[in-house]
Parts: sequence; structure tokens; C-alpha cells
Amino acid sequence: MKKKNQTSNINKYLLAGLTMVCVLLMFLSVFYVRAAGPFRVLANLTVIPMQQGFNKVGSLLVDVSENLGTLEESRKLNKSLQAKIDELIMENNNLQEEKYELERLRELYKLDQNYAEYEKVGARVISKDPGNWFSTFTIDKGSIDGIRVDMNVIAGSGLVGIVTQVGPTWATVRSIIDDSSNVGGMVLSTSDTCTVRGDLSLINDGKMRFEQMENNDNKVEVGEQIVTSHISDKYLQGILIGYVSEVQVDSNNLTRSGYLTPVVNFKKLQEVLVITKTKADLTGTGAAEEQPAGEAGAPAEDGAGEAAPPENGADAPAEEGAGAQPPENGAGAPPEDGAGEAAPPENGAGAPAEDGAGAQPPENGAGAPAEDGAGAQPPDQGAPEEGAAENEPQEP
Amino acid sequence: MKLKIKRVIVTALAVCICYALQCTLFPSLALASVKPNLMLILTASFGFMRGPKDGMLVGFFSGLLTDIQFGNILGFYALIYLLAGYVNGLFEQLYYDEDIKLPLALVGATEFIYGLVVYLLMFMLRSEFDFLHYLRHIIIPELIYTIVVTLGLYPLILFINRRLEAEEKRSAGKFV
Repeated sequence: MKKKNQTSNINKYLLAGLTMVCVLLMFLSVFYVRAAGPFRVLANLTVIPMQQGFNKVGSLLVDVSENLGTLEESRKLNKSLQAKIDELIMENNNLQEEKYELERLRELYKLDQNYAEYEKVGARVISKDPGNWFSTFTIDKGSIDGIRVDMNVIAGSGLVGIVTQVGPTWATVRSIIDDSSNVGGMVLSTSDTCTVRGDLSLINDGKMRFEQMENNDNKVEVGEQIVTSHISDKYLQGILIGYVSEVQVDSNNLTRSGYLTPVVNFKKLQEVLVITKTKADLTGTGAAEEQPAGEAGAPAEDGAGEAAPPENGADAPAEEGAGAQPPENGAGAPPEDGAGEAAPPENGAGAPAEDGAGAQPPENGAGAPAEDGAGAQPPDQGAPEEGAAENEPQEP
Repeated sequence: MKLKIKRVIVTALAVCICYALQCTLFPSLALASVKPNLMLILTASFGFMRGPKDGMLVGFFSGLLTDIQFGNILGFYALIYLLAGYVNGLFEQLYYDEDIKLPLALVGATEFIYGLVVYLLMFMLRSEFDFLHYLRHIIIPELIYTIVVTLGLYPLILFINRRLEAEEKRSAGKFV
């Protein structure tokens, strides 16, 4: 009897101890970005090699089974592909001509290069989030290959996601269909900005939502392309996100919202390209990467400056999710999350609604609790925000 | 003591392999975009087969592995799996090897509560109130799929556990 009591006591102490460890870890990871460092080493040593191993075996098996297809099929395919190649070569030549002209015109206007000329690094998807609630995946390139947090990830020609965590030989990417992801978008033809949100309840129907698009006279029709906007803090400009499938005017008559079909098939993602320039590099806020989000983050936060007071009430309950994400993001500018509901108050100016308007206050590296940080920042950000807002239109 | 180490190594290996399988193989076995939760099956099984302490530790490390790569806050999944392991461990007294009903019921209940907790903390607190939708499309399908996989995975875990215990008994017998 005594022994049973002893063991159950030990168990209770162990439970209490481990619970404290978990709470401490959570606390640390919210307020100190580097808390996960030693654990990433652990993952690097144990799980990542195994996942890469499984992936290699799986690809080998898939390759072998594909090789067993008939020769006739391959020949037919070869023919049709050859015809397609010829077609594409002709098209390509035409486009090259136009491209040269475009470059010259751009030179005249001194615009920067578009994203098609950014350096990209190929990577393979080696594992996906083990749960069903979030949509993140791991790629097999890491900081050794030059991957940093906040790099955009594309597949084919469409946006897939953004890098959120980096280890030596791996990186975690959050896809844009993840429930907590918000991307600053823009209708390509009319340049109206909007916020593109991932939504867990919609993605099985193959849709995403976009919101906060100004209700002006510009017609936005079904089939229009939505690309990343130039005022996004995290995403490079002009990357295709998807095509509009529905537009409606909101009940407030000031904004429009609707659904769009993403251009990437997220169920079949195997290889992706990581663009090795982050938006922060281009806009010169790269210095903000490792610093606590004080004044150095001013250009990144000026969108949040206006948004912080109104959204603070809406976001205080969401703090757990919101507070959760920034620390793992070394860039100091937080990932977008839950900003959708915060966006209305600040969208009139067309300021980016996507970017962590909800999360930016909590990422204040000084460790102030999330809500307090949100309350304190708007008065601080007033002056730098105006300066940064002035700079933005001049930047390409 | 020597066999304890063997038990620890086998358990750790099981956890790592299950986690790697969960992340690599099972996304392609997803039905209606829902994957079963192998880590939870493992945690619950070790819990009610070996008691609260083992369940806790298996749960803690499973959750930690998930957290390192995919979690938002480090420690979130660790805490959930830890508690799941402990509570399942409390059922050790009621557990009989031959019967599969109790393990199924426990895994089912654990899975359901896990879904509720993740929804509550990660979604409801961000004011996504469409609970019925998440219930129908994520929690219940995951529950069903996990129970089906348990029917297959549990005998395997049982077999491994029995082998380990048999070896320990044999070694203990040698002292006599």
C-alpha cells in the first residue's frame, strides 16, 4: 500500500514538473525568439535525417513504379511534348522581344527588376504538419543553403508560403492557405489592394478568402488575377496568388470581399522554389531582422501603428495564437495572423492590412506582454510612421 | 537496470519512427484531407499499458518533437500530449491485455478531447466560431480514422510491449 502511494506521489511530482517545463518553454518561446535554438539542434540530429531518408525511399519507389509504364505511352508523350516545346520556343522568342522593350522602358522609369529575375533556390518538401489543423511543411534546405526567415516560397508561378523557422539543414514554411496566414494582395488589372486570408473551412473547397478591397468604381470580375501587392511587408511584389472566383460588396458598402482560387495545388506540393531575397532586404529594413521590434521596425510597423488601437480589443483573446507566432520569426516583423478582423479601421488609407497588424505589438522584443505592447506602440510610432509612410511611395 | 535501458531505447525508437512516418508517409494516405494522429495513439497506448510515468514521458517527447518543427509556441503540443499520457496512465489498473475495447475507447476519447482542445486554444481564441464546421470536417473524421488505425497499430505496440516484459521477467528470473 505504501509503495503504491509512493509511486503515485512520484508520478504526481513528475507531472507537475513536466507541466512546469512546458509552461516555461511556452513562456520562453513567446518572449525570447532564440529559445527554440537548442531544440532545433535536437530535431536536426534525430528527426530530420529520418524524414529525408523516408522521402528518398519514397521517391525511389515512385520512380521505379513510373519506369514500369509502357514504352508506347512514353513515345506518344514524347511526341506531343516535342510539339509543345516547339510552340513554346516560338512564343518565348516573341516574349523575349517584348521583354527587351520592356526593360528599356523600365530603365527609363528606373523601376527595379520584377520577381522573375530574382534568385531562387530549389527545395523539396520533406514533411508536412502532422496535425490536421495547420498547413505548414518542412523543406530540405536551411541556413547552410542561405535560407532565412521571411523568404517567400513559390511553386511554378504561384505563391506557396513564407519561411517561418530555419535550422541548419531544414526550414519550416507556412503556406498561404494556413488558417493564420494573411497576404497583402492586389488585383493585377486595377491595382486595388486587398487581404488574402487562408481559411481552414474553405480550403477543402479549394478556395481562399480575400477581404478589405476598396469598393470603388473599378470593376473586378471573376477570373482576374490577384498578385502580391507592392505594399506588403513580407511578400515580394507581383507574385501570383490566384484567380478571383466571387466578389461581393460588404454590408458596410465601403469594402468588397470574395473568394479566390489559389493557383498552386497544395495537395501535390513536392518541389518548391525559395526566393532568396526577403522583402526586408529590398526595402532596406533588413537591419530590423535581428533587433527587437523597437524603432528599427518602424517601416514594418507603420501599418500596424494605425491599426493597433482598434484591433487590440479584437485581438486580445487571440493573443495566444498571435503571440505564438512572432517569436519564431527571426526577422522581427511578425507573420501575418488574425489581422483580417483588425483590418477595417485602417484600410481606408490602403495601408497593408495583412501584415501582423494583430501580431506586431506582441513581437516587441522587450518582452512587454502582448496587449500592453499594442497599447503602448501607437503613440511611439506616430512620428516614425509618418516618416516611413512618406518614404513608401518613393520606393519602387 | 540494463533492460530498463533497452525499454527506453525501444520506446524512443518507436516515437521517432512514428513521428517521421506521420510527417512523411501519412499525408499521402490522408482521406478527405484528414490524417490519423499516430503520436496520440502511441502516447495513449504507452500510457495505459505502462502507467502514468511512461505515458507522461512518451507524451512529452512526442509533443516536443511536433513542437520543434511545426508548432507555434514551443511547449504547446508537449503540454497537451503530456496530459494525455498521464490521464491514460491512470487507467492502467483497468487495463487487460486481451481486450481491445478499452484501448479503443481510451484512444477515441483522447483524440476527441485533443481535437476540442486544439480548436479551443488555436481557433476559438482567434474568434473563429464555426465550431460545427470544424467538428464535422476535422475532429470527427480524424477521430474515426485514428480509431481505425488503432485497430492495426495497437496489436503491434502490444506485441512489442509483451516482448519487452517477457525479456525483463526472464532476466529477473535469473537472479533467483
